Amino acid sequence: MSENLLEFKNISKSFYGNQVLKDINMTVRRGEVHALIGENGAGKSTLMNILFGMSAIHETGGFEGEVLIEGKNLNIKSPHEAMAAGIGMVHQEFMLIPGFTITENIKLNREITKDNPVSKLLGKRLESLDYKQMNEDAQAALKTLDMDIESYTMVAGLPVGHMQFIEIAREIDKQGIKLLVFDEPTAVLADSEAQNLLKAIRRLAGMGIGIIFISHRLEEIVEVADTVTILRDGQHVETKPISETNAAEIARLMIGRAVTLDRDEAEARKLSDEVELSIRGLQVNMPGERVKGVDLEVHKGEILGIGGLAGQGKLGIANGIMGIYPAKGTVTFRGKELPLSSPKNVIQSGVAFVSEDRKGVGLLLDESIEMNICITAMQNQNRFLKSFGPLKMKDTAKIHAHAEEMIKELDIRCTSSQQNTGSLSGGNQQKVCVARALTQKPELLLVSEPTRGIDIGAKKLILDLLKKLNREQGMTIVMTSSELAELRSICDRIAIICDGKVAGILDPTDSDEKFGLVMSGVKLGEEKEGA
Amino acid sequence: MEEKKLTVNGLVRRIGLPTIIIGLFFAFVLVSAGFLGLSVPTLLSDTVRRAGMNGILVLAMLPSIQSGTGPNFALPIGVECGLFGIVCAIEMGCTGWGWFGVSILLGIAFAIAAGYLYGILLNAVKGSEMTIATYTGFSIVAFMCLIWLTVPFTSPHMGWFIGNGLRETIQLDSLNAAMLLNNLWGFNIGPDFFFPTGMILFFLLFCGIVWLFFRSKHGIAISAVGASNAFANASGLNINRSRILANVLSTILGAIGIVVYSQSYGYAQLYNAPLTMAFAAVAAILIGGATASRAKVSHVIIGVFLFQGLLTSAMPVANRVFAGTDLSEIMRMMIQNGIILYALTQVSKGGKSA
Repeated sequence: MSENLLEFKNISKSFYGNQVLKDINMTVRRGEVHALIGENGAGKSTLMNILFGMSAIHETGGFEGEVLIEGKNLNIKSPHEAMAAGIGMVHQEFMLIPGFTITENIKLNREITKDNPVSKLLGKRLESLDYKQMNEDAQAALKTLDMDIESYTMVAGLPVGHMQFIEIAREIDKQGIKLLVFDEPTAVLADSEAQNLLKAIRRLAGMGIGIIFISHRLEEIVEVADTVTILRDGQHVETKPISETNAAEIARLMIGRAVTLDRDEAEARKLSDEVELSIRGLQVNMPGERVKGVDLEVHKGEILGIGGLAGQGKLGIANGIMGIYPAKGTVTFRGKELPLSSPKNVIQSGVAFVSEDRKGVGLLLDESIEMNICITAMQNQNRFLKSFGPLKMKDTAKIHAHAEEMIKELDIRCTSSQQNTGSLSGGNQQKVCVARALTQKPELLLVSEPTRGIDIGAKKLILDLLKKLNREQGMTIVMTSSELAELRSICDRIAIICDGKVAGILDPTDSDEKFGLVMSGVKLGEEKEGA
Repeated sequence: MEEKKLTVNGLVRRIGLPTIIIGLFFAFVLVSAGFLGLSVPTLLSDTVRRAGMNGILVLAMLPSIQSGTGPNFALPIGVECGLFGIVCAIEMGCTGWGWFGVSILLGIAFAIAAGYLYGILLNAVKGSEMTIATYTGFSIVAFMCLIWLTVPFTSPHMGWFIGNGLRETIQLDSLNAAMLLNNLWGFNIGPDFFFPTGMILFFLLFCGIVWLFFRSKHGIAISAVGASNAFANASGLNINRSRILANVLSTILGAIGIVVYSQSYGYAQLYNAPLTMAFAAVAAILIGGATASRAKVSHVIIGVFLFQGLLTSAMPVANRVFAGTDLSEIMRMMIQNGIILYALTQVSKGGKSA
């Protein structure tokens, strides 16, 4: 028997001509914990989808290369076949039924049954459940994980850490499990729970099961993995035994890419010390982007970048300040505290927001460009209106003139200012969003993911525009983006958000290594002491 | 700038398929009526009259659609407010134009209160407004049946001859209140065509008011709320207030609409009469080209003429072709409910029109 449990050989995959994986080679041995790491979009999920034979892969033309399991090319075409081949996945979202007991969840669709008079007459599907045997099996699986909990407990109401373990128990209860994939298993766990999980993973590896461990947390990887494979932009960067590397090197390899958008001036700008916006203990309940206590100060006239990996909470900050999602904490703008649940008050205080959700929040897709540009200023600042008896009517001439001016200034490509924004390209839609924000004549501009989903030419225009606003009009800008390169090209300082908190504030010229470490939640101070 | 191309497809999309089909059908019915020897001018005269009667009730759909709460299936709320205004005016002894004015003013007052409460209800049930609205409408009709039976009004114009409570139909000609608007500046063209100038102008006046309102700050806010809640919230708009305002407006239009309807009909109908009034109004605006999430004043005008025209002219034609059957009523139900069904299948989340 081959020592190699799983082997990816020269895996390549492209979606509609867009190459997302190129020549990936990776080997997982029996009893090995193999960490897989990379930024969002590096290709980890695609690689796992190939392993599990997900339909998303086959419907888009399959992939190139071979996946060998115990030396054999099984040609897995569906998750069901993957399961039969002994490959299991522990999901990030818990796929458990709350109203069932632990046993029932573990044994779901694999129940042990015994016959009864009815089933003898009417067939196997009506056999009764052998609860005794099922409970014993479930308890055994839980015991493997060192879980001290009765298997007849209802899943609803258990702490998240327990749910994660039940999910694992379900996988190891399956007969002949050989390979387990953990996709960000610790993302939702508290520290102590995460520690327990890592211990359990080591124990499973000790039983000869191969483990693929996907995580953004470098510390965990260094702690638990035997080998690490780093992907970057769909390419295989490096595979190393963990003993020959360290968190700093992994971080550097993960981030280090040719920065496409260069800073054209190597200026160290003199920044004002005056605090424009001060955020204290901000907590925002935005689904998927929870903010768990952010302290941040924005200086007058600077461009502050907010970066970090997806789901860590960077997008929640601007949404929380605007009052779009429920938030707690104090936000002081120019010495005045902003109410956190009233977008109207925040807008009237002179803050404008360009949302990351362009089509959902940023635009009225069935309305004209001119209405989109003027509506916020009209509703909140009573501009573009003329009185008509008791009613305040829209001032069509003024709106039109202003929109034309904005279209010219921002170079919005359209047939006329009457065109619906829904028919514009992504880049032009983004310009309309920016135009609306500028129409409010803000003193502080919050921009989230300004270049998401737009082509490279339009990206440059948007970034240049932000820079121009900052330099020429002295507008303070807080820009949130998933693209580090973009933040580094125009920001004065970059706050990196990890796990809902500020992990560090970096200079755009800091090294890749430093950015990688901070994004992965390594406290810079600790690292320095350690080094 | 590119010249807008007028292709057949583009035209169909601009006007809307249902509007075109119903329009062609209406034309077909009118032509067949001519061949069957029916008086086409009479049919057209009835069409204009019925469109004027129903116009403001259809207009009541517009604010609620624009605010995102869907067509106002709870139109009976407004209608009952208007009816209550009417009976109060009669009880107060008003006749003629006085009756008309007092009915409308009282109707508006009741409608503001009822519409406000109804708006609060709708804000509590976001996502299922249309269903809730339908049953709210039904409930209010049943509730008002009790009121009509027990209200201690004593005017001889509307009581039963024996016992308490109000009659099912109240004749308005005894109050000199029937056809008030119809006859105002009305004129004949030929022997069979009468144009109810006053009523049509009154309808167009309210169309103008609503059109102006939706160009005002509050009107634009309502449209934005209806188009996208997420956008409205991020733009500092008060979503709940806009929805309440829109439904108050819709209820007021319902109240005014029934007063206009009743004077043209010559009777005020109480009890179960308002039960299905919403459906005809919903069907009309949808035929005019509105969707369940977007509507314009032009949809109201086109829709009410087409729908009412079809109903008035299809009935005599059908009776002539299929003599001795009651096919016309069946056809009315099919068209009315079919078009509502069609429109509801077109409802897309997120306010994106087709």
